[in-house]
Amino acid sequence: MRALGLDGVSVYYGAVRGVEDVTMHVDEGEIVALLGANGAGKSTLLKAISGIIHPRKGAITYFGEVLAKQSAHRRVARGLVHVPEGRRIFTTLTIAENLELGAYGTERSRTERAERLSEVLDLFPLLRQHFQRLAGTLSGGEQQVLAIGRAMMSNPRILMIDEPSLGLDPQKVDIVYDMLEEVSKLGTTVLLVEQNVSLALEIASRAYVLQQGSVVLSGPSSDLESDPRLSDAYLGKSSDGRD
Amino acid sequence: MATETAVLPTRSRVDGFRVLRAGLIVALVVAAALVPQATQNQYYLGVAFQAEMLMCLALGLNIVVGYAGMLDLGFAAFFAIGAYTTGILSTKEHWSIIASIAPGVLIAVVCALIIGFPTLRLRSDYLAVVTLGFGEIIQTIAINLNQTGGPTGIYAIPALTIGSVVVESNTGYYYVFFVLVIVFAIFSTRLRGSRLGRAWLCIREDEDAAKAMGINTNHYKLYAYMFGAVLGSITGSLYAPALTAISPASFGFSESLLIVMAVAIGGLGSIWGVMFGAAVVEIFPEVFRSFAQARLLVFGIALVILMVVRPRGLFPERAFQGLGARVRSRLGRTVVSPLSGAGEALVSLPSEES
Repeated sequence: MRALGLDGVSVYYGAVRGVEDVTMHVDEGEIVALLGANGAGKSTLLKAISGIIHPRKGAITYFGEVLAKQSAHRRVARGLVHVPEGRRIFTTLTIAENLELGAYGTERSRTERAERLSEVLDLFPLLRQHFQRLAGTLSGGEQQVLAIGRAMMSNPRILMIDEPSLGLDPQKVDIVYDMLEEVSKLGTTVLLVEQNVSLALEIASRAYVLQQGSVVLSGPSSDLESDPRLSDAYLGKSSDGRD
Repeated sequence: MATETAVLPTRSRVDGFRVLRAGLIVALVVAAALVPQATQNQYYLGVAFQAEMLMCLALGLNIVVGYAGMLDLGFAAFFAIGAYTTGILSTKEHWSIIASIAPGVLIAVVCALIIGFPTLRLRSDYLAVVTLGFGEIIQTIAINLNQTGGPTGIYAIPALTIGSVVVESNTGYYYVFFVLVIVFAIFSTRLRGSRLGRAWLCIREDEDAAKAMGINTNHYKLYAYMFGAVLGSITGSLYAPALTAISPASFGFSESLLIVMAVAIGGLGSIWGVMFGAAVVEIFPEVFRSFAQARLLVFGIALVILMVVRPRGLFPERAFQGLGARVRSRLGRTVVSPLSGAGEALVSLPSEES
């Protein structure tokens, strides 16, 4: 089943081009990576999918249904959840409160929220350990774990995560990536935006590479790892290999 | 492992902290109720009544500023709407004061919708300018409209009658506002623990993250503004008969600022803090009367010192709740989340928890 489909999506910030004519898809249960250098349009694309900005052209489909101009909160309620860049956890609240608020858009009752909370805590024991601490006192890695845990509170069908390795040491990155694999094993589809190519390709089955707002490369991770055009996309060469 | 995270209702459990807190609250309420008995001095009673009125307004503004994190510099507008609606309906149409509360609330809500719907998507600083403008508009309308009595305002507003009781003295209005403060405080407490309250908390902490969690931020901000308007308007409707005369001068920017000050001094979002802040703002200038000419200067300096020493207010929201959670977890080894409403333990931790 196709979980997410983008067909010729273009996003503009006024006159400035964000992404141009992007076509891609994510199947249910997959981990798909979206790679590219700074400013390639990765975060813009995520924002368009989560409904924070609306594309000028093209269509985004969610489990076969066109999303059009549906607002961000409706998409969350339907299971399309975005962990924004920089984690954006509530630093002045405790971990418990952060997690509870994560269920806000989807919860039906207090009991349901409590059940969900116990599931997420079982999934991420680290959070249980620091349950009562203020989120602002957590380390960067722990904050990222919390951000993912908070998103999981809303029981997403698709989890989109923006640069989870940002500012983390390699050991912490491993922890975060292990978590993403756990999430995926539960049946959640994951769309991963990452600058760290080798890491992302390790867990993703397929990847799309963005350069200056367009998809320049795509395919299974194993093929991309050895593709010289991948490093070109990061080092600024154009896609046909010329300078 | 499943038992560790079972939902444990703790409402029925006797809890030392809660008993202590309930005792303190009862003592405070009884003490406040006895103020008119303790003093027959009309001046003290007048100040006390003004303090109560400011508490009501501050509790209303607290929903907007403290809960939802939107700076509103024109809150006196809703106060004016309530006061003028009651003033006009009771003098010209001979409505009873109680009956005039409802139309006041209705007008305030409609105004909140009109001004809030297009502007509340703005971020804090811009919103402050818009609300400031709204406050000025309402005051200017009151000055220039014949129906509102122009600059002289409305006088000879009849007394408040509840059933067969006619409230006339300062003591009487002290008790009216005493009840109103309690009602507003309970309402505010319930509101914070509610679904609405949690959405506001999210928006206040990080609006973008709130959106990412599926909260329709524009709607919830509008609700906060409307709730604030309702409390402001009700206070105004009861203020009119208490003073028997109202004029535009009472509803200007300085009044709005006073309410903001009460909220900021007490502690944004904290109900006890806000009430205490209102008392400080009202009573301090009176206490400093011995400084004669310099009293507002002294008051100003005291405020500056206060904000330097306690930047988050006298009773910041977090410290209050944090204390409760700490004490309670020691007593019962339960983790209490302030978000779960009336102190309900959501999750209990294993006893070897560090």
